[in-house]
Amino acid sequence: MKTGRFGPFGGQYIPETLMNEIQRLDKAYAYYKKDPEFQAQLKDLLDNYANRPSLLYYAGKMTENLGGAKIYLKREDLNHTGAHKINNALGQCLLAKKMGKTRVIAETGAGQHGVATATAAAFMGLECEVFMGEVDTIRQALNVYRMELLGAKVHAVTSGTRVLKDAVNEAMREWVGRVEDTHYVIGSTMGPHPFPMMVRDFQAVISKEARQQILEKEGKLPSVVMACVGGGSNAMGMFYHFIEDANVRLIGCEAAGRGIDTPQHAATIAKGTVGIFHGMKSIFCQDDQGQIDEVYSISAGLDYPGIGPEHAYLHDIGRAEYIPVKDNEAVEAFEYLARTEGIICAIESAHAVYQAMQIAPRLSREESIIICLSGRGDKDVAAIARYKGRDLHE
Amino acid sequence: MSKIGNAFNNGKAFIGFLTAGDPSIEKSYEFIMSMVQAGADLVEIGIPFSDPIAEGVVIQEANIRALSVHTRLEDVFRLVTMVRKESQVPLVFLTYVNPIYNYGKDTFFAKCKETGVDGVIIPDMPFEERDECAAEAKMQGIDIISMIAPTSKDRIREIARMGEGFLYIVSSMGVTGTRSEIKTNLKDIIDVARTETQVPCAVGFGINTPEQAEKIAAVSDGVIVGSAIVKIIAKYGNDAAAPIYEYVSAMKGAAIKGGA
Repeated sequence: MKTGRFGPFGGQYIPETLMNEIQRLDKAYAYYKKDPEFQAQLKDLLDNYANRPSLLYYAGKMTENLGGAKIYLKREDLNHTGAHKINNALGQCLLAKKMGKTRVIAETGAGQHGVATATAAAFMGLECEVFMGEVDTIRQALNVYRMELLGAKVHAVTSGTRVLKDAVNEAMREWVGRVEDTHYVIGSTMGPHPFPMMVRDFQAVISKEARQQILEKEGKLPSVVMACVGGGSNAMGMFYHFIEDANVRLIGCEAAGRGIDTPQHAATIAKGTVGIFHGMKSIFCQDDQGQIDEVYSISAGLDYPGIGPEHAYLHDIGRAEYIPVKDNEAVEAFEYLARTEGIICAIESAHAVYQAMQIAPRLSREESIIICLSGRGDKDVAAIARYKGRDLHE
Repeated sequence: MSKIGNAFNNGKAFIGFLTAGDPSIEKSYEFIMSMVQAGADLVEIGIPFSDPIAEGVVIQEANIRALSVHTRLEDVFRLVTMVRKESQVPLVFLTYVNPIYNYGKDTFFAKCKETGVDGVIIPDMPFEERDECAAEAKMQGIDIISMIAPTSKDRIREIARMGEGFLYIVSSMGVTGTRSEIKTNLKDIIDVARTETQVPCAVGFGINTPEQAEKIAAVSDGVIVGSAIVKIIAKYGNDAAAPIYEYVSAMKGAAIKGGA
């Protein structure tokens, strides 16, 4: 197999200007991955700064109410900055420091990865610039201000469709122009090798903890592990240490927006085809000419026309299943979790909660399900209120 | 050597670029012919793409204009056929890899041969991913034109060794677009490349004035100009043929002067 491939997917489809840097990054990561000092520093940051390990919470009320499998929530929403994104941001910023970089750039959709990167950069004394689609800077205005508070410069991207995909384009363009002192902290398991592998490794702490936690609580493995999928970083993190456990079903929930039979969705696996974009061969929503589609989801974090190459591979070999969940279904789960468990989760994570609500009643009480609650929902409250017809603004 | 070599037989070469379908296929044909009459030695035709990550704002906007009139690959091939009826000027495509992959690699390169395209430049397909299309292109005799960047360093030799058609030397860091100054030591890069290959070295990214063209032609085999021409198209729209002719004439003159 060629470098950085997951079956036929992955690769390094990027401009020549970036190749030396990407190869340097690949070598540096391979070294630090095995460096006990780096790993100890990262663990210290995760435990003492980011609040790991995160809880594996038994959702008793939800379990009783649905009347099937026991439901556990992997509480990434309780991490510092409120989402799983900090796991990767700390890892990559620490690596950037080791590589002698003084500046990091990042793309962001909902703003969670931007906030996580700005946080890690502030903490480690790195200059930080974040690229965010203009549309997203409006729907997630609070996160823009948060990043600015943390000392980051936020660029509102006005090219293309002005959302996450365009933010990635613009961050890539910035990196091509200034690579010597700058590391690009890609926020998901996407982009050219080594990013999909590296981001997965930094997020794999989720399933490393969860596997041990469920064995302690239940004495056996769960029947199902689920997560929402945009680019796929919380899902890869949640799946990774369960991949070898053949009896554990892995389910990724993608954004079906207004429905996969409408043009307004971001359901890559359900509706996409194989292509090459953003540095990787994977599955993308695109037209018959290979033009990348404008996609849509109520959730800015899932509003991406592609999926990480390792997910494409897990889908291809039948190891993981991917199910589309619509806006209204995610909102229903968002409200349900708030009322039954007193937890306001991110609208992204609510896509997985909805699917768990469908699956749990069909399983027995002897079985368990783990849902990755990838983030908290504070950022979404105003948008959900508006979705429900309440004229509420931040 | 393919027909691309002919582009370098008339003094230092001038290579002009436009995006197919900006503002229409018929106008792209007219503008290409205008470049050829003004002395362009090779024409680079951009296949419009929704997300051109290696392009600056000027060419991004040309892509948007071309896609807004629904330019399809079939239309771009039709443009090549139109040009081929009138001219034997070497033609290369500038395209991201996804439209090729999506169209079908075999069909794409077969169609290139059938219509008369001589080579392709794929900015998001570095040396390491060449196998993505190398066999399909070779089978049809289409050159894959490799890029060498200011950051290529120890990669220059390997890239040059595999060079076909010409080597595209990227003048500066960053995306396409006009620049007031080009600081990269191009001569050093080209000297290294020439130890490995006979293939000509043309320089692109940022070149827009006759002074730059003359200076760069002096150290290379030709200059590639994209954004400056696309700017003329953006400014004059349907009436860009005459200003393009004037501009390309001046630039070709400067390139020849640089080689003298």
